[in-house]
Amino acid sequence: MTKSIFVDTTICTACRGCQVSCKQWHDLPAEKTKNVGSHQNPQDLSFMTYKLVRMREEIIDNHLQWLFFPDQCRHCVDAPCLATAFNEDAIYQDPATGAILYTQVTKKLAADEIIGSCPYNIPRKAEDGTLAKCDMCNDRVHNGLKPACVTTCPTGAMNFGDREEMLAMAKSRLATVKAKFPKAMLLNPDEVNVIYLVAFDPKYYSDYAVASSGRGGISRSVALRKMMGPLAKMMRV
Amino acid sequence: MTNHWIDLKNSDCILIMGSNAAENHPISFKYITQAQLKGATVISVDPRFTRTSSKADIYAPLRSGTDIAFLGGMIKYILDNNLYNKEYTENYTNAGFIVNKNFGFKDGLFSGYKKNEEGPSMGSYDKSTWTFDMDEKGVPVVDRTLANKQSVFQLLKAHYSRYDLDTVSSVTGTSKEDLATVYKAYSATGAAGKAGTIMYAMGWTQHTVGVQIIRTMSMIQLLLGNMGVAGGGVNALRGESNVQGSTDQALLWHILPGYLKIPSSSMDTLDAYNTKWTPKSNDPLSANWWQNYPKYSVSLLKSYFGEKAVKDNQFGYPWLPKAEDGKSYSWFDIFDSMYKKEIKGFFAWGMNPACSGSNAQKVREAMGNLDWLVNVNLFDNETGSFWRGPGMDPAKIGTEVFMLPAAASVEKEGSISNSGRWMQWRYQGPKPMGNSRPDGDIILELGRRLKEAYKTDGVFKEPILNLKWDYDTHGEFDAHKVAKEINGYFHEDVKVGETVYKKGTLVPSFAFLQSNGSTSSGNWVYCASYTEKGNMAARRSNKDAANNIGLYPEFAWAWPVNRRIIYNRASVDPKGRPYDEKDWVVRFAGEEKDGKYTTSKWEGDIPDGPWYPLQNPDGTKREDGRHPFIMTTHGHGQIFGPGLADGPFPEHYEPIECPVEKNMFSAQMVNPTAVVYGTKADSHATCDPRFPFVGTTYRVSEHWQTGLMTRPQEWLLELQPNVFVEMSEELAKLKGIANGERVKVSSARGALECTAIVTKRFKPFKIGYATVHQVGIPWHYGWRWPETGTEESANLLTPSAGDPNTRIPETKAFMVNVAKL
Repeated sequence: MTKSIFVDTTICTACRGCQVSCKQWHDLPAEKTKNVGSHQNPQDLSFMTYKLVRMREEIIDNHLQWLFFPDQCRHCVDAPCLATAFNEDAIYQDPATGAILYTQVTKKLAADEIIGSCPYNIPRKAEDGTLAKCDMCNDRVHNGLKPACVTTCPTGAMNFGDREEMLAMAKSRLATVKAKFPKAMLLNPDEVNVIYLVAFDPKYYSDYAVASSGRGGISRSVALRKMMGPLAKMMRV
Repeated sequence: MTNHWIDLKNSDCILIMGSNAAENHPISFKYITQAQLKGATVISVDPRFTRTSSKADIYAPLRSGTDIAFLGGMIKYILDNNLYNKEYTENYTNAGFIVNKNFGFKDGLFSGYKKNEEGPSMGSYDKSTWTFDMDEKGVPVVDRTLANKQSVFQLLKAHYSRYDLDTVSSVTGTSKEDLATVYKAYSATGAAGKAGTIMYAMGWTQHTVGVQIIRTMSMIQLLLGNMGVAGGGVNALRGESNVQGSTDQALLWHILPGYLKIPSSSMDTLDAYNTKWTPKSNDPLSANWWQNYPKYSVSLLKSYFGEKAVKDNQFGYPWLPKAEDGKSYSWFDIFDSMYKKEIKGFFAWGMNPACSGSNAQKVREAMGNLDWLVNVNLFDNETGSFWRGPGMDPAKIGTEVFMLPAAASVEKEGSISNSGRWMQWRYQGPKPMGNSRPDGDIILELGRRLKEAYKTDGVFKEPILNLKWDYDTHGEFDAHKVAKEINGYFHEDVKVGETVYKKGTLVPSFAFLQSNGSTSSGNWVYCASYTEKGNMAARRSNKDAANNIGLYPEFAWAWPVNRRIIYNRASVDPKGRPYDEKDWVVRFAGEEKDGKYTTSKWEGDIPDGPWYPLQNPDGTKREDGRHPFIMTTHGHGQIFGPGLADGPFPEHYEPIECPVEKNMFSAQMVNPTAVVYGTKADSHATCDPRFPFVGTTYRVSEHWQTGLMTRPQEWLLELQPNVFVEMSEELAKLKGIANGERVKVSSARGALECTAIVTKRFKPFKIGYATVHQVGIPWHYGWRWPETGTEESANLLTPSAGDPNTRIPETKAFMVNVAKL
C-alpha cells in the first residue's frame, strides 16, 4: 500500500533533528559550511543532503513569522522525474511503498533534465552526474520502521503511514489549523506522497514549496512516451 | 521542576520566559504542542524572537535584565483587577500573616541594610525585622481576610503599586499593549480549574537578581493558585540530562546531599549544627517537614562513615569539612582564589571552565597559577590545553596537566535524574573506548590511593581513613552499591509499629530514617528509590495513575517518595476536593459520616503526607489536618519570603552593567547585595560609551554546553559552523554591518570575532526616550575546534558578578560593543 509522509509545518520548531537523522541513517558526510547570516545550513539540498529545514523570516500581516519548511522529495504519485528518465534501472517506484527511488544508474541520465523535470527542485547531482535525493527510508519502511526523520521528530510535525491515513490526518489538521491561520493549506495533496500543511501562502516558505508552474512537469517527448505506455518501455524509446 | 515534563500537556497557559525551550529543550515541545492543540495559550517573552517565539500564541520582547519589572507589573495587574485566586491565597499562602511593624522598605532598600566595603559582596541585610507577629502560643497571627494594613497582602500591594504599565514599559522596553496582553492571558489562570505554568532556565537564573526573578514568578503562581496543580508549578528546565541529580547530590558548595546545609566552623558540634538548621513551629497544623533535619543529617553521616560513625564521636560530624563563617566557596570564589595564587591543584571533572566560566580569560589565566591540573573528560578541551591557547605563552606556564579520559554516559550503568526529578536507571551500552574509564572507577581508585597515602602520613587523617569506601564489585565501581547507599540501610534492627526492619536491609522510605544512628541514607530525598522491592528507577511501566494526567507512577521513580507533583495538597480545597475536577492530581477518598471524615485515604499522586484535609465535608476544622506547603516552617506558600539575601519581596535593580543611568524604581541602581569581584581581570563598564549595547548569551539546538561533544561532530558543525552575533537590522545599519560579515564583539573584559546575523528577530528597545540595542551570542564555541581556531567562547565577554544567594554569574545581561573588523 502506498505510504505517505504528512508534514505539519505549523508545529515544526526547526530543531533539525530530521536533518541530522537523515544524514545518520544514510551515512551521508557533512558539508563544509559557513554561517552566511542565517541559522539555515547548508544553504541548499545537495548530493549529500537529502533533507533541509529551510528557515525564513517574513513579515506577514504586520507580524514577524519565522517559517520552517523541512524540505525533501515529495515522492510524487505520478513522478515527472521517473517519466523523464524513462529508465527503471535508474529511477523507479517501489510498488509496495510508492517511494520514488534513484539508483547509481542515474549517472547515465541527463542529470539537468531530470532535475529540471522536478516541480519541487529536489534531485541533486554529484560531480560525476549521479543523482540523489530522499528515498523515504525505503529500507527502514520495509523492515517495519518509520523514516528516520519521522522517528526523530519531537512534536509530531513529521508523520508517516498509509496514504489514506495521512491524507485524512492532513485534512483534519487543516480544518483545525484554519481557525488560527485562515490561509492555511495543504500543498498539492493529490499529487504527492509527502504532504505539507502550511499556515501562510507557500511562497513565503520556499521558492518550490508548491509545484512550480515555471518549471518541472514533462516535455512533449516525455508525454509521448507516457502515452505509449508499456510499449514505449519495451522499446526504450 | 515542581511538576514534570509530561505535565506540561495539562496546562492552560504556558509562559516561556528566561528559557528558549524549542531550541534548548526540544522534546518539551512534544508536550507543549499537545497542550496547544487542546487550546492552551503559549507565551514567549524573550529579548529576541526565537524558535520558541515562532510557535507561541503571544510574543513580547523585553530588555535583558528587566524580568522583575515585567513580573512585578503582572503582580500589580493581578491585584488591581482582583484576578488572584482568593480562596487559595487566603488559605494556603502567608498573604494573611502580619509582618513585624519595624519591617520597612525605602527607595530600593529593605530595613536592616549594611554596606560591605571589603567585597566581593556589596552589602548584606540584618533580617531581624523581616519577621511575622506571633500569638501567645508562638503561632503566626493570621488575618485570613487579608485586610490588615500590616498583612503580607497589603504590603505586597503597596510594594508593587509602583510597577504600573508606564514605568514597567519604560524599564523593560516592552510596549504597554504587549505587557497588558501577556498579563491578561496569564492572569486568566487564576480562575478555579485553570492552570498556568512557567518554563524558565538560565535566562532567569544568570543575573545578579536571578533568584528573585524566580521568586517573583513563584509569588504569581501562589496568587493564581497554580502551585501543586496539574499543568502548573514553577519549572526549571535543567541544561544537562543529570544536572538535577548532581544538584540533589550537592554539586554546589553550600549544601550536602538532599539539600542539607554545609556546616560552618562556628557550628562545632553536631547538636549546634542540627539546632541551627532544624526549624521550629508551634502550629499543630504545620507539618514543618524540616523538623526531621537531624534524622537526615545523622543518616548522611552514617552513610559517609558507616560503622565508624557512632554516638560518642557525633557520628563523625567533626570529620566533615567546615566552611569559614561568612565565606563563600562558589565557582567564582574558586577561580578568584586561583587567580590570586591561593589554590595549587585543581580537578576539572566533566567541565570546561576555560569556555563555560564567566569572564573566561580570568579563568584561563588563573589556571596558569596552578601547580597541577587534572582534566577528566571525554576529550581534550580548551581547559586541558589552556596553556597553549590564544595569548598564552607555554614557556611561562608551570602548570602540570594530566588528562584522564572518561567514559561517555552511554558507556556505563547508573541513573540520571531529569528536570522533573525522575531518577531513571540506564544500562551500559557499548564498553568504554580505549583506556577511558567510568567516572565512578576513577573516583574509587583516587579514594583508594588517598586512603593508602594517609595511612602513613598526612594531617587530620580521620575523615579520609574513616570514609566508607566499599562501592566496588570485583574491583570495579558498582552503580547498584552506590544507589543502595544513597537510599540507605538499617544499621540495627528497628521496630516501627508492629514491623521489625532487620539490620542490613534497605530503608523503605525517609519516614523510617532515625537520628540515633540506626539508619543510614546518602541522600534522604532519594530514600525509597532502591528498596528491598528492587531498583525503582529501573521500572518501565506505561500504566498511568487513576487520574490519567500522565504521571506514569511506575515508570522510573521521582523524588520525593515517587511524588510526581510537589505540594499537591494545594491542588484540593480545604475539604480535600480537587479545584480541577478534570485534571485532578490528588483527592481525598476517606469515608465520611455525619459530615465528618472518619478514615483517611488519598487517591491519585502520592499526596504530600497522609494527613486528613484541613476541614470536614461540613466545613468544620480538623485538628489532624495539615497546611499544604509542608516544607515551609509555617506550612504556607511564602509570598513574603524572609529567607533570601536580597529581600522578602523582589525588587527591580539594573544589571551590574546596564545601558541606563537611572533605575526608574528607586535610587538604588543595582542589587545592593550583589557580588562583584575586584581583581584587575574583573573590570566592569556601565553606561560607558565604549560599550553601548546590551549583550546576552544563549544556546542553540545544534550544540551542547561548551560544544565539546558537538563541535567535533561534523553533522552538527554543519548546522552551526560559526560563533555568531545576532543583531537588529537597525543596529547593523547604524554600524554599517552586512549580514554574514565577520565582526568584533568586545566588552570590558575581552573580545571575540563573530559572524553577524542581521535579523528582524531582534528589535531596538525604546527605554524611556532612549533607543537601546541588544545583541546575543551563543556560548558553545572554543578555540580547540573547529580547527580554524577562530571560533571562541562568548564567555570571554561575560562579567564576574553574581547573585548574592547563589553567586551564579550575570551572563545574561552585560554591555558590549560591536564593530566591523
